[in-house]
Amino acid sequence: MSVPALELTGLTKSFGHAKIIRGIDLSIGKAERHAIIGPNGAGKSTLFNLITARFAPTKGTVKLHGEDVIGLQPYQINRKGLSRSFQITNIFPAMTVFENVRCALLWSQGYKYSFWNLVNNSRRLTEGADAILDQINLLERRNLPAGTLSYAEQRALEIGITIAGGADVIMLDEPTAGMSHSETDYITDLIMKVTEGKTLIMVEHDMGVVFGLADRISVLVYGEIIATGKPADVRADPKVQEAYLGAALEAEH
Amino acid sequence: MSNQLTTDPSKSAQRMRAGSMTMTLMPWILAAGALMLMPFIFTSSSALTIMNQMWITVIFALAYNMLLGQGGMLSFGHAVYAGVGGFACMHIMNASDFFASFPLPVLPVFGGIFGAGLAMIVGSFSTRSAGTVFAMISLGVGELIAASSVIIVAFFGGEEGISGDRTYAMPFFGNEFLQQINVYYLTSFWVLLSAALMYLWSRTPVGRMANAVRDNPERAEFLGYSARWVRYYSFVASGFFAGIAGGLFAINYEIVTEENLNTASSGVILLVTFLGGVGFFFGPIIGAIVFTLVQTVLSLQTELWAFYAGSLFLATVMFFPGGLAGLLMMHVPVFKLGKAKLLIEPYFKTLLPAAIGILGLCALVEMTFHFRHATKGDNEMTLFWTTFDSHTVLPWLIALAVTAVGLAIAKRTAPALKEAWSDANSAGEVS
Ligand SMILES: Nc1ncnc2c1ncn2[C@@H]1O[C@H](COP(=O)(O)OP(=O)(O)O)[C@@H](O)[C@H]1O
Ligand SMILES: [Mg+2]
Repeated sequence: MSVPALELTGLTKSFGHAKIIRGIDLSIGKAERHAIIGPNGAGKSTLFNLITARFAPTKGTVKLHGEDVIGLQPYQINRKGLSRSFQITNIFPAMTVFENVRCALLWSQGYKYSFWNLVNNSRRLTEGADAILDQINLLERRNLPAGTLSYAEQRALEIGITIAGGADVIMLDEPTAGMSHSETDYITDLIMKVTEGKTLIMVEHDMGVVFGLADRISVLVYGEIIATGKPADVRADPKVQEAYLGAALEAEH
Repeated sequence: MSNQLTTDPSKSAQRMRAGSMTMTLMPWILAAGALMLMPFIFTSSSALTIMNQMWITVIFALAYNMLLGQGGMLSFGHAVYAGVGGFACMHIMNASDFFASFPLPVLPVFGGIFGAGLAMIVGSFSTRSAGTVFAMISLGVGELIAASSVIIVAFFGGEEGISGDRTYAMPFFGNEFLQQINVYYLTSFWVLLSAALMYLWSRTPVGRMANAVRDNPERAEFLGYSARWVRYYSFVASGFFAGIAGGLFAINYEIVTEENLNTASSGVILLVTFLGGVGFFFGPIIGAIVFTLVQTVLSLQTELWAFYAGSLFLATVMFFPGGLAGLLMMHVPVFKLGKAKLLIEPYFKTLLPAAIGILGLCALVEMTFHFRHATKGDNEMTLFWTTFDSHTVLPWLIALAVTAVGLAIAKRTAPALKEAWSDANSAGEVS
């Protein structure tokens, strides 16, 4: 069997006395689309923060392509090909839309901390950034400050800068939160398009999106994964029905 | 229209690029021309001194803005990098054999190297975070090094500082920089070169990421960049150019003292940069020019120049946080809409009385100062080319009246200006 893209073992996180993540074991294969669902406050974002080194775990390990990444900084993990978006839009609001995407390309194109290259002279950077803008449908907003975009456009930009660097493991935290139906459809299509062939791990509340997109689903409740499996199996799982899905699916109607 | 459609699009892109090339080069060519011509317009030696001081401040302020404006790092101790660069250059001037082995225009490079070297050391711990921690460390290090100047006398020369003679350098095409005008062109060369390099820096990957880290360090980290290292590189580069400014100071004045690196000097450069505007590359240039003029020209007129400089700074911070550059750039949309004409009359009606009112206020300040501080019996003072007795009532009444009337008219006409401003900024037809 090939090495999983991401492997969590015994992952635990406490804030003071509050145990928020209570021992998570999870293995996500290459090119798998994995959705993480669960009620508010279950610890989904915290789990993302542990994987991406925004927080240090209390216990446990995180392996990216078989390599232990505990103790690394976020930028080091990013360089290993893991990129994430945030539940609360996290972009560079004062910079232009184009500049946002270009900054997201710099490291992956090997520019590092160089001060002997001029960014405007690099056709590869400009074309690369414009290609991403085209993908996320923001070419027309190219030269506007990112902070002036609509909410849905900012979310699209957030996804754009997450995927720009060409990471092969993409983590999206509630990409469609707070969006209208049409906006949700737009973002879902976008996610499908830009994560083609990549490992996708996504927190999502919209069950339509989850069941339409995911190869496998994990249900997180009170810091524990109570079920992992194919969408149909998870949907049928009585534990899941009881803890979460029953209510969530009902809310859909 | 059809003509445009038939032309090869790649050619038009090329033409656009060539067009934007001249657009970006134009300010630099103009600046070079202005630098060359200035001594023919302002010929006196004091004017040359003032301009040299101006250009040195321009370099220092631009270097400072690499931190404040572009990197989001507020430093209260940046004078130490300029100061240490200046001291290093003085010591090189005094190392006669070495100094004689290269021409004087090269000397500022050593200032830059020492400034950058010190920044490498301090930056290694100060750039871990921006914000308050960075500001406090910069203040602490600034105080520490300023205090060292009386302890490490060998390097800082104690209270007298270090002096030297720039003419001992290897002659530069036969030139020994005996005359002020030679030093002027040396300084001008360096201000142009430094400004261009700092501008280019802001266009490099690390320069772009400095903006990103300033706006959102966390997001930058999730894009593969260590916020700390991005700050570090900006910090070292800023130290380098500050050191260049210090080296030019050493060449100009042939003496460097503790005053060059103390906290007061650090405060001044913050003030200059903010006054000019941190949001635009050219902001600090304006700030340096305006401040140097206030400091030199106004200080010849009044002892209270620092009071006026402080008031100017306060007014800028409170009413135009974008600084003078921000104030200028506010007008760009108006010009783009072709509506600048709408503003001429309201500006005239408000700003002229306001200026007169403020001058009246200045007169009151000067008279109060004279009344309180002139030696006993010396009641005569001269203000705005008028000589009068500051202990009589009439001048006070006149000054009060001018102030009150000027400000009252300005206040009256301000709403119309506001309206004109919003008209000029809206795309639609004027109602
Ligand atoms: N930095 C923190 N310090 C203390 N408690 C936190 C912190 N971050 C999250 N929590 C707590 O952890 C729990 C899970 O939060 P979160 O991971 O955001 O949930 P979800 O994303 O599943 O809605 C919440 O009760 C929250 O209050
Ligand atoms: Mg969450």
